[in-house]
Amino acid sequence: MADPVGYRRAAPGTQPEWLHPPYRSSVGRAPTRPPVRAPHTISEITGPIFGHDRVGPDEVDLTRQHGAPAIGERIIVGGRVLDEDGRPLPGTLVELWQCNAAGRYRHPLDQHDAPLDPNFTGFGRAIADAEGRYRFVTVRPGAYPWRNHANAWRPAHIHFSLFGPGFVTRLVTQMYFPGDPLLPLDPIFNCVADPVAQQRLIAAFDLESTVPEVALGYRWDIVLRGRAATPMER
Amino acid sequence: MRLVTTPSQTVGPYVHIGFDPMTVTDLAKDAAGERIVVAGRVLDGAGQPIPDAVLELWQANAAGRYAHPEDAGSAPLDPAFLGFGRVPTDGDGRFRFTTIRPGAAPGPGNTLQAPHIVVCLFMRGLLRHLFTRIYLEDAPENAGDPILALIDEPARRGTLLARRTAGEAEYRWDIVMQGDRETVFFDV
Ligand SMILES: [Fe+3]
Repeated sequence: MADPVGYRRAAPGTQPEWLHPPYRSSVGRAPTRPPVRAPHTISEITGPIFGHDRVGPDEVDLTRQHGAPAIGERIIVGGRVLDEDGRPLPGTLVELWQCNAAGRYRHPLDQHDAPLDPNFTGFGRAIADAEGRYRFVTVRPGAYPWRNHANAWRPAHIHFSLFGPGFVTRLVTQMYFPGDPLLPLDPIFNCVADPVAQQRLIAAFDLESTVPEVALGYRWDIVLRGRAATPMER
Repeated sequence: MRLVTTPSQTVGPYVHIGFDPMTVTDLAKDAAGERIVVAGRVLDGAGQPIPDAVLELWQANAAGRYAHPEDAGSAPLDPAFLGFGRVPTDGDGRFRFTTIRPGAAPGPGNTLQAPHIVVCLFMRGLLRHLFTRIYLEDAPENAGDPILALIDEPARRGTLLARRTAGEAEYRWDIVMQGDRETVFFDV
């Protein structure tokens, strides 16, 4: 059998380094030795494929998973999942988690003195459609303090997890909001050296997906690694 | 024009909200093959357990075939086996999962890869996930494995070998983030 066609390597600066001292938790956990470069074998280019049966109908609307609507500014977050060549990646499983509008996670370790919302879990998932589109309804998450440094606040963000076509296209990231004054101060956002790549983390306000009288829309396209050769070359 | 990939960001301390709904610690279920258990701990640079790590696993079935359309091999698929696991660590940094012993899959050139499980590791503090592999120390194919052979220091290859615990179909494998016993991670 011919060797599989691998996925492209990240251009320098477009993905974070594991050690980023301004983010304190990286210091004791980042590996100290460079990872061993390895080719993409059948084990890396394959990966789990999840069917639509994984996703329940209430999982794309985080504001209506309980008896009453979640509290906060309702928003719509949607976009496309693409590869580096701009091709849509239909069938991609997208998982999302976030704190509530007050900046508090429904998690025993979150002791931030902000109210929990009994009607907000903060978890959703979707499967990208034939054009690679996904769409969630949620509430705008609050900023929250963390103890990384003095007076440290995380900018409002939503955690995203995506399974692409192979195990090496796996991506876990965070989506931020445009114009947030906390972004220049955040060590996690600022772990990305390449300014073009960093901008990928920020959603755009989108009048087109804004629903009149209901919710503001934000558009966020997510780009996963592409193939090192096009299918025609293969 | 080529698009820039979306950068990775850490899963953070509340990863369980996002990952627990799809936890899979029994990959084997009704699949054909020899059942094995792999258990261990995830330790940081100070030797302290990491309670907020998640291992994602990907492996071939007992015949060495992946449940994916790009595996065009002739080995049979097992409809009862997906090969994906998602295993969180507990408060003591421990993890444990049940699976079936993977078959050998083809490697680059005409090589054969020893039975292995691909691991994608997430935790607070990692801005980008890490890839590593679990091999089984008692597999005779390890000596010819093309990926283990890429590790320059032979002594470090041992960090990828899960060791059979006495008498049981159970293997012990730890992940050590830093130091003398630092696990080998792969740039893939
Ligand atoms: Fe967060």
